[in-house]
Amino acid sequence: MVEKKKSGYWLTHLGLILGVLFIFFPVWLTFVASTVTQDAIIYPPLPMLPGTEFFENYANALFRGSPEGYGAKVPVIKMMINSAIMAIGITVGKIIISLLSAFAFVYFRFPFRNLCFWLIFITLMLPVEVRIVPTYEVVANLNLLNTYTGLIFPLIASATATFLFRQFFMTIPDEMVEAARMDGCSPMRFFFDILIPISKTNIAALFVILFIFGWNQYLWPLLMTTDPDMRTIVMAIDSMIPTGDDYAHWPTVMATAMLAMVPPVIVVISMQKFFVKGLLESDK
Amino acid sequence: MDKRVFFKGWWLPALLVAPQLLISFVFFFYPSGQAIWNSLFLPDPFGLKTEFVGLDNFRFLLSDPYYLASFKTTIIFSTAVSVSSMALGLYLAALADRLIKGAGVYQTLLIWPYAIAPAIAGVLWLFMFNGNIGLASYYLKGLGYEWNHTLKGDQAMFLVILASSWGRISYNFLFFLAGLQAIPKSIIEAAAIDGASFWKRFGTIVIPLLSPITFFLLVVNIVYAFFDTFGVIHTITSGGPEQSTTILVYKVFSDGFVSQDLGSSAAQSVILLVLVGILTVIQFKYIERKVHY
Repeated sequence: MVEKKKSGYWLTHLGLILGVLFIFFPVWLTFVASTVTQDAIIYPPLPMLPGTEFFENYANALFRGSPEGYGAKVPVIKMMINSAIMAIGITVGKIIISLLSAFAFVYFRFPFRNLCFWLIFITLMLPVEVRIVPTYEVVANLNLLNTYTGLIFPLIASATATFLFRQFFMTIPDEMVEAARMDGCSPMRFFFDILIPISKTNIAALFVILFIFGWNQYLWPLLMTTDPDMRTIVMAIDSMIPTGDDYAHWPTVMATAMLAMVPPVIVVISMQKFFVKGLLESDK
Repeated sequence: MDKRVFFKGWWLPALLVAPQLLISFVFFFYPSGQAIWNSLFLPDPFGLKTEFVGLDNFRFLLSDPYYLASFKTTIIFSTAVSVSSMALGLYLAALADRLIKGAGVYQTLLIWPYAIAPAIAGVLWLFMFNGNIGLASYYLKGLGYEWNHTLKGDQAMFLVILASSWGRISYNFLFFLAGLQAIPKSIIEAAAIDGASFWKRFGTIVIPLLSPITFFLLVVNIVYAFFDTFGVIHTITSGGPEQSTTILVYKVFSDGFVSQDLGSSAAQSVILLVLVGILTVIQFKYIERKVHY
């Protein structure tokens, strides 16, 4: 650091702490609201410290679901399982198809290679929201509404992961392949025994980014799932708040909001190193 | 670009790219083609047959005051979200960068909201600003300010911008911090020795060196505000009141699924497709330029 003034040092911390408070405050309120009774919420102001109903509210949400709203009484644990299946399906599916196609693009010469390359790369950055209506029709025609397959596959069709793996494979020294080929190593053996092990950090980084992407999907599951048992937690929470919003059972809604945040936040914090790497590299 | 050493054969690589190509065709190219195709047709009111109308859907859209209003809403919304979340992200990153110790702790404390879904962020802020029970609206009422975002368009707009920017600060913070830490300390020190104050250094050295990353973040944040904020809008306002928060992607959804106006919705999808296409091209131009540095 260039200047070392005491006051500047404390002002820096003060500024950062204010930022942290602004980030934490809405979540803290949500947590408080998930630990009090309905009465404590509907007669404002809400207390600033947690109440005594923590176990009661979370047990209610997890195993009995919201008493009000459309598709009420579906236990939140069921929605969390659906979200987990969707998130992990998208993550694993995307990583597998991307590893395979990036391997083909970097380590082979085959007819129409450039054409295939461009076809896949055009899908970069065009989110499913843009072509939502026709995609819905495709999935409906394939009889995939209300299925995990229908939830997962349309969201795998994007090239971000392929792009990242391709960039990484390009940096691997050619001597690696040469040595492998000299030792009579087959392409698939090279893929499994050399390429995958040295890509571990990149796979972990993508895992974090894609898990969050998958868990937080909203519009697609909203259209896809008419069966209450197939709904994911992030999309279902909205329907727990009926339009005449006094009638929402707020402690359950807020407990559900906490439960929707906890898994991706845990993934980000526990895999922070990979998350930062994944974010800085995959979006560039 | 290409590797010098490679494996022989063509059927194995064909097999390897097949899954991704197949998924891209079924869930990307076919639906995108359908969107373009449908945008040229107009279904009759009973949905029995469709009539080819050429570019009429587009002509109608571009003269439809609701659509133009939605365009304006989207521009205001995405500008406000991008600028405010980037400004706060840069501010926090600049502070964290000044610390020798503790920047890592603040990084952990600031980045986790990236994991919160926009829809959940919407629920959080909706709860705070709920007209009857929300803490914020309660205190605002105490100050004599009537808060009711279900009736007042400007308040609704403010709330969706706030909720959308809040979760986005972490992302911008992380990128700006990485950018700031990549600036060689020797440059800053040289300027300090020459007597440049903190603000002078910030304005004439740091900001110009950060401009590539700022430009990149601007594009990414605009794309975020265009599409990913659907969840925020749907949970907080459902596009209302009186369409004051109906951004383009929300209109595609409400015209296509709620009103079942498929021709218009398809034409809107095509316009969005073109907009994102332009942004993507700009982005790639930027990446190319960065490689030449």
